[in-house]
Amino acid sequence: MDHSATTRVLPEVFDAMTPFFLDKFGNSSSIHSFGREAKVALEDSRKHVASLLNADPTEIIFTSGGTESDNLAVKGVAMYKGKMKGHIITTKVEHHAILEPCEFLKRFGFEVTYIPVSSEGLIDPAEIERGIRNDTVLISVMMANNEIGTIQPIREIGRIAQSKSIPFHTDAVQAIGKLPIDVKADNIDLLSLSAHKFHGPKGVGVLYVRKGTKIEPILQGGGQERGLRSSTVNVAGAVGLGKAAEMARRDLEPTAEKMKRLRDKMLRAVPELIPRSYVNGHKTKRLVNNAHFRFDFIEGEGLILQLDFKGIAASTGSACSTGSLEPSHVLLALGLTHQQAHGSLRITLGRENTEEEVDYLLEVLPGVVSKLREISPFNESRPMGPSEGGSCVQ
Amino acid sequence: MYSDKVMAHFANPHNVGEITDADGIGKVGNPQCGDVMWLYIKVKDNILTDIKFKTFGCGAAIATSSMITDLAKGKTLEEAKKISRQDVADSLDGLPPTKMHCSNLAADALREAIKDYESKLASKAKAT
Repeated sequence: MDHSATTRVLPEVFDAMTPFFLDKFGNSSSIHSFGREAKVALEDSRKHVASLLNADPTEIIFTSGGTESDNLAVKGVAMYKGKMKGHIITTKVEHHAILEPCEFLKRFGFEVTYIPVSSEGLIDPAEIERGIRNDTVLISVMMANNEIGTIQPIREIGRIAQSKSIPFHTDAVQAIGKLPIDVKADNIDLLSLSAHKFHGPKGVGVLYVRKGTKIEPILQGGGQERGLRSSTVNVAGAVGLGKAAEMARRDLEPTAEKMKRLRDKMLRAVPELIPRSYVNGHKTKRLVNNAHFRFDFIEGEGLILQLDFKGIAASTGSACSTGSLEPSHVLLALGLTHQQAHGSLRITLGRENTEEEVDYLLEVLPGVVSKLREISPFNESRPMGPSEGGSCVQ
Repeated sequence: MYSDKVMAHFANPHNVGEITDADGIGKVGNPQCGDVMWLYIKVKDNILTDIKFKTFGCGAAIATSSMITDLAKGKTLEEAKKISRQDVADSLDGLPPTKMHCSNLAADALREAIKDYESKLASKAKAT
């Protein structure tokens, strides 16, 4: 139940890929028959990805994954023709693959505006519009949040960007396979996706680049992928991505409906079953597979380990799991305190999760929470103070 | 990655609880950082006869809490004061580097609890 972390490669995807390791191992840039065979498969995959997004196949650039796609979009657009200054608008709840390239560009003279979110994680498009300056070179807003699942008003933001002729990028890594996507209707110029988040293989992704978008490569070399992404193409990976895209498009409706039903069951049941538990994120504008909770008096990593003992994989925004002293920037952006963010639990369903598995989670979760609460020095009559004890750095 | 020993102590921590008539209490950590440990001790004839803890925190915080109760129980106060953070980590077959810093509070909590006991003892001596 940690499918926002990664998903299983579906057997159909695996079967589609294997010939490209063993027999059809050609380099898609070679002109002999081995190369042509690889090239045909690669272009076929490109078509599948394009139709998932309502794009043209020539607008699909294969990359090594979501992080590279985000880096290429941000750096490639901002630094077009060697520019070393300009203004970027993004949000406080983006993935690190957006935030870190923005911070990188700041070191070279770019300026970045980070738009805040509501307590449910929503961006107000009017704030984006107010943030636009004469020198704004890029707007980047994720389609749906990877932690709390909040879905942003992408179409409206796209419209604003288009009216000001500013390139608009969206990180759709978590949205693929859960939301219908139409880059034309949504006025999207650039879109990142990653295969392993929707049952494709790890190590391959796509950046959609609308025709006419001014962008510079960040990898120079042999000029593959229309010169935007040099490097011999990962043909087997791209074929897997193509197959996963084909299946995501074909199965979107029934799988989304099933995940939504199971998600709603969890969102209803957990606050009823467990005292002092709360739902994070938006009630309706939320990915169909995302349920995000927080529990008073306990810490998330312990929760994840205890659930792991019961055979359930989940995730948390607690600092202890991030390897830093700071809990999730997304949870803090919602206005949660550090203490509240530490006690968070993310459950993300996949298309293969069953009702029995959700019922099992609901059966074991109350016991796991109370076990950790028994160990905790805090409880109803002794709540956590804002700064009990000393400072964080010991 | 946690060692098997850390996982074992986290799964079944030893000496969880509070001592209502504790001779000393050590409170360390900060909920803002995600780790808080309260340690309770009973002392008789300079020996730690009982020791219990309550901890809010990650797997490492709970495992180190559990481990220090094992290490300290039955020891003299002088011996107990010598138990270091490194001793606790070593007894657990090591901790991940990030956890050495933020979640390894148990040795500090024990020293705080002993300090609390000694200051209570001193004020009692003054009173009599």
